[in-house]
Amino acid sequence: MSNIKSTPLEAEHRAAGATLTEFGGWNMPLRYTSDLAEHRAVREAAGLFDLSHMGEIHLEGTGAAAALDHALVGSASGIAVGRARYSMLCAADGTVLDDLIVYRLADHHFLVVANAGNTAVVLRELAERVRNHAALVTDRTATTALVAIQGPRAEQITAALVTEPDTLRALRYYAAAPLMLTTGVGVLVARTGYTGEDGFEVFVPAEHARTLWHSALAAGEPHGLVRAGLAARDSLRLEAGMPLYGHELDATTTPFDAGLGRVVRFDKTDERGAPIDFVGRAALAARRDAAPERVLVGLRAQGRRSARAGYDVVTDGGARVGTVTSAAPSPTLGCPIALAYVLPDVAAEGTALAVDVRGRAEPFTVVPLPFYRRATA
Amino acid sequence: MATFPAQLKYSREHEWVDGSSPAAIGITALAADALGDVVYLELPEVGAVIEAGAVVGEIESTKSVSELYSPVSGTVVEVNQAAIDDPAVVNSDPYGAGWLLKVDVVSTGELLDADEYARHAE
Repeated sequence: MSNIKSTPLEAEHRAAGATLTEFGGWNMPLRYTSDLAEHRAVREAAGLFDLSHMGEIHLEGTGAAAALDHALVGSASGIAVGRARYSMLCAADGTVLDDLIVYRLADHHFLVVANAGNTAVVLRELAERVRNHAALVTDRTATTALVAIQGPRAEQITAALVTEPDTLRALRYYAAAPLMLTTGVGVLVARTGYTGEDGFEVFVPAEHARTLWHSALAAGEPHGLVRAGLAARDSLRLEAGMPLYGHELDATTTPFDAGLGRVVRFDKTDERGAPIDFVGRAALAARRDAAPERVLVGLRAQGRRSARAGYDVVTDGGARVGTVTSAAPSPTLGCPIALAYVLPDVAAEGTALAVDVRGRAEPFTVVPLPFYRRATA
Repeated sequence: MATFPAQLKYSREHEWVDGSSPAAIGITALAADALGDVVYLELPEVGAVIEAGAVVGEIESTKSVSELYSPVSGTVVEVNQAAIDDPAVVNSDPYGAGWLLKVDVVSTGELLDADEYARHAE
């Protein structure tokens, strides 16, 4: 218990009356007032999140792109400067060690953002895998705070915090730019998120996190921005059909199981045009070509009782055909939703299944993912 | 230390019961806060005979589910349909509009007064 880490914003969370919880080795705000109110604020206005528990690992050097092409399943050399991509770090057997966002900050400088609970593993694996490449791996998690502003009003709010609001407004989804806060602090602003809404993630030096937090609250207040905790973050990402490591992804899962085979780039090549033998390649190629043993699906309840992670998915006849990985009553849809791994023959949209909710079979239907998609202008 | 209404009695499982007849039963503010936003209640039918210490229902929140233990033995004479329809009232007014059951009490389980419950809850 003694080595649970604190973010630079923990005192702000306590002062705001947050319920704190341990997550990925960090003491994090679970909720400030109400999960539902925080969830709805992000869907309808904006939410402010402390994500300083996420790992920030930098790779720098003339061999950084080639090193990441070998270390990760995606193509790092194919990312344009100022853009970001979702990728994964896999073991040699093709199972997922972490899912990551890779930002290309310069030709020879990448930022890898890892899940809090996996940062140590990612750091260790990257250090090992970049050997024989001209690249330096540095963990800057402790000195970097990450603050997210998410929701339909996020652009207006975040634009008010920087000296070049036009640059911020021009950022495309999965793009990032170095910008300066009006307080004179240099930050990296990315148009990324984990909520299914438009939004920004701001990487800020840890010592300036409090100032940014309070500026964002002040700028956001007229727009309906509220502080939002991990409970809302989880229900938001679930509605958006996004996987969470430890639930949909883990060291027994391949990207193909999770329906994320597209992140594996068998076609990536080195400078001479030769295929890259990235870690996990052979196992993943075999997995790609094999019939799937299980499929990740969305389930929507007909009743009001929610499934929970770990519950059995069953058929009419009571045969066990899968396991729920994440579930919650969906605030936006107004009914319980779930992600589950099921056998391929019951994975078709519209299939009537049930979840064993503490001894009673509750009816669920297989539905397309995501459960929620924002209306785009 | 949190404070709890002095006129109520409490179970160690975080239910409260008032002294009226029939007796109203609910969950404490502490339990409601720990659960988070309550979104679904499963309560016994009117006429059900319930026993102190037994599971008589479920309280489900966005993040978790908790069983409702009856603090008393007796017969359910009313369930709070308004709370079933809008369970948020369990969070917003746990000792008032967020009551769950009214029971014709035959006997009670072991109950704590407000100070004892506050110490138990620490």
